[in-house]
Amino acid sequence: MAVSADPQKVDLREPPSWRRTKNRIMTWLMVLAFVLVIIPLGLVIVTVVAKGASIISWQFLTSDIPVNIAPPGVGGMGPAIVGTIQITALATVMAVPLGVLGAIYINEYGGKGLLAQVVRFMADVMTGVPSIVMGLFIFSIYTLHFGFSGFGGALALGCLMLPVVIRSTEEMLKLVPDSLRQGSYALGATKARVTMTVVLPAAIGGIVSGALLAVARAAGETAPLLFTILTVTSVNKNPFSGPNTSLPSQIFSNASSSFVGAQARGWGAALTLIVIAFVLMVVARLVTARFARYSS
Amino acid sequence: MDQSEQDAVTTRLPRPEPLAKQAAEPAGTGNVIFDVRDVSIWYGGFKAVTDVSMPVYENEILAFIGSSGSGKSTVLRAFNRMNDLVPGARMEGELSYRGVSLYGKDVSPITVRRRIGMVFQKPNPFPKSIYDNVAYGPRINGERNKGKLDEIVERSLRGAALWDEVKNRLKTSGLSLSGGQAQRLCIARTIAVEPDVVLMDEPASALDPIATGAIEDLMRELKSKYTIIIVTHNMQQATRVSDRTAFFYVLTDTKSDTRTGVLVEYGTTKQIFEDPQDSRTQAYVTGRMG
Repeated sequence: MAVSADPQKVDLREPPSWRRTKNRIMTWLMVLAFVLVIIPLGLVIVTVVAKGASIISWQFLTSDIPVNIAPPGVGGMGPAIVGTIQITALATVMAVPLGVLGAIYINEYGGKGLLAQVVRFMADVMTGVPSIVMGLFIFSIYTLHFGFSGFGGALALGCLMLPVVIRSTEEMLKLVPDSLRQGSYALGATKARVTMTVVLPAAIGGIVSGALLAVARAAGETAPLLFTILTVTSVNKNPFSGPNTSLPSQIFSNASSSFVGAQARGWGAALTLIVIAFVLMVVARLVTARFARYSS
Repeated sequence: MDQSEQDAVTTRLPRPEPLAKQAAEPAGTGNVIFDVRDVSIWYGGFKAVTDVSMPVYENEILAFIGSSGSGKSTVLRAFNRMNDLVPGARMEGELSYRGVSLYGKDVSPITVRRRIGMVFQKPNPFPKSIYDNVAYGPRINGERNKGKLDEIVERSLRGAALWDEVKNRLKTSGLSLSGGQAQRLCIARTIAVEPDVVLMDEPASALDPIATGAIEDLMRELKSKYTIIIVTHNMQQATRVSDRTAFFYVLTDTKSDTRTGVLVEYGTTKQIFEDPQDSRTQAYVTGRMG
């Protein structure tokens, strides 16, 4: 049988239609939305780098904070960097273990019990408390009695981090498949053993990255530190007594100053803070990847 | 093709035996290891299975067959108290293991599960290395000696017919294995604690025929050391591996729209498949009802 030159070809191209037009419109709208989202983010980074990069130097990162009137290039932000690291580290040490333990209780032990429901609800409520209210709270129960100190600031930041750590850890624990727990129980493991050796290792990547994101958020908080640590101009090595300072507090006070030098140092502090947050994010990613080794 | 050639071809291929002929007489020790009497299990207000009574014999393979919802897995999970983990689950009746009531007041489900292991329908290796998966059970039992652990891991993986495939990559993730290998890893993990009984809940339902064959060969080997109870939807599998069979059936109450499982018939696999006494068993094993 002779094959005709042009057998009836199937036309698989999409026919022009309203549906196709709608698809095009929506695709372009999504591209537009993405660009709109990127613009402010890009502008923030560009502005901070443009205004802050020139002042950053080893001397800037280590020197004491000079008087506001000092020109750019004199002094630096050393005490604020040290303070931020001290305060955030203390807050992390307090909030992360407590938050992880709380989430383990809610998800593994409490179940649908009343106490677990209450803790979960309170954590949700706490997430919504404005950070300045948290600062006032610590001011009234701690700072008024023991004076200004880095520790007071750490308490306030810890209170802010706690609900975030609880909820992110809980979400990670929920993702651990029940079949793993059952497999462990079937080998005669106790509940504590199941949690420690199967559930936590399976979720640890997510827990650590969630905690690091909470730390990065807390490191950038200003309001809770306003009435708890004040600001100082030289390094306070003892976070438990005497006023301290931090990058966000310093940005706030320098930005309200009318002196060019102070403002330049403020931009430098802002850039330093962004870099610290960025490093934490990268570490969070690396940690997640490191722990995901066995999970694929 | 002349007649003699044809004969040569046909004689070279063994004719498949009728199903029931493959099942041999039970060859265990004859000791009763579990005694189940009038066991009913509820999930909350829902009665999943009612009035099950049967003996389970040592060093035999007992198969639970029956349609979905007939309570096979529920009964299986009663043997190592896995139902305790389900909120609202409750059991009535008497289930004794080597003369001791499993649901007695002083009985710890943890201790029970160390003697009565379980392999699940879906392979569930832990997100740990192959080595750590197998060493998990011995470790929770307090074994810390590296040499001993190495020995247990090798013995268990050999026992589960997986050693040759993984001996060079014991440090890689247990999740990197194929479905059949992962299930054998789970079996290795279960026998690493040297249990007395192994419960298997449709262990081969997610596997291809070759992996299924490997698991079945393994079960026949394990029988000399362990007592095995297996839930299966595959009747050929039941006839291939089991010594005795229990057939479960769903009773549907159309008035209240509740479905409850019952044990219809229990006997040697040969008897259940060759000479079923109940018409429902007959309908099921001949494939007229499923």
